[in-house]
Amino acid sequence: MHTSLNIEIEASWPDTIYAHFRRIGIRQVGYVPDAGHSRLIALCRDDPDIADVVLTTEEEGIGLVAGAALGGQRAALLMQSSGVGNCVNMFSLLRNCGFGCLVLVTMRGEFGEFNQWQVPMGAITADVLRLCGFLTYRIDDPDDVHEIVGAGCDMAFNGNLQVAILLSQRLIGPKQWTK
Amino acid sequence: MLDRRDFVRRLLLDRNGLLVVPGLGSATYDVAAAGDHALNFYLWGAMGGTAMIGLGLALARPDRRVAVLTGDGDMLMGLGSLATIGVKQPRNLVIVVLDNAHYGETGMQPSATKAGVDLPALALACRFRHARRVTRMEEAVEVRALLHTGEGPILVSAKIGAEDAPRVLPERDGHAIKQRFIAALNAV
Repeated sequence: MHTSLNIEIEASWPDTIYAHFRRIGIRQVGYVPDAGHSRLIALCRDDPDIADVVLTTEEEGIGLVAGAALGGQRAALLMQSSGVGNCVNMFSLLRNCGFGCLVLVTMRGEFGEFNQWQVPMGAITADVLRLCGFLTYRIDDPDDVHEIVGAGCDMAFNGNLQVAILLSQRLIGPKQWTK
Repeated sequence: MLDRRDFVRRLLLDRNGLLVVPGLGSATYDVAAAGDHALNFYLWGAMGGTAMIGLGLALARPDRRVAVLTGDGDMLMGLGSLATIGVKQPRNLVIVVLDNAHYGETGMQPSATKAGVDLPALALACRFRHARRVTRMEEAVEVRALLHTGEGPILVSAKIGAEDAPRVLPERDGHAIKQRFIAALNAV
């Protein structure tokens, strides 16, 4: 594995998300790495059926999603809350053409944040996504991951909707930030 | 300097199953002027994202050839995507930058390529397998061959004149452009 994981619970919810990726047929995953996404990224990288695309900036992922859909594949995006701000104009591609999109956002700048530089973007991430037309859901409890990510996958790829799921700092846990 | 309309028309002659993603502004008009086609995914926005749409499409359809035709302004806004593409090494992706060294839509302000920023050199530094600059119309036939059989990722910088060509405006409804493209791709 590519990652070091501290406790059992941290390994479980990324596996649940990955299981939904497999269920819904995700074939491309674009990401700017985040510690909170490290296990999910590793699972995708190890999957020969998924093209993992490391992006230099998150807005590249919106183009990737559109191109994949044109070619008949489903793509998901993983990013940190700061990356949402990098995407704002590019999100218009999704609305203009009706591309379904699933974005999983690991939150910074909220509960337990030690770096105040993360707060200005983290505090407006959900509002920015809503303004950009995303159905936006938030997960604080690992027990909700299965249901919410499952519904998000269905809405994004069967409904051609733009769906963002915020994985809260409480869910991710503070341990990953202390390396 | 190349005439952009004539150059693009030559690139898209007998295009067969080529999938074409033209960047916003003049590139979209040039591609439309060469002949409307269902396998054109015209862009009217999303500046900086054209090459990445090409990558997503190239990864999804490794059995097909993908051509991104775009301007220097769009490519410069998405320079990071050269690195992203260089990592994935799509064999079926060719980017042609129609480089007039200016922002044509907004009053012909000079772009970074006007000052000598070298897009083919950047592409090679990003692990593109081939990159070249084109200045003569006779080279169009070679670039066309690259689109159909070149081993990607490839970037071509075509030095076109800065004069404005008449606008040829294709479909602007994004849903219609997308659905037509997908239907045509699935029909073949």
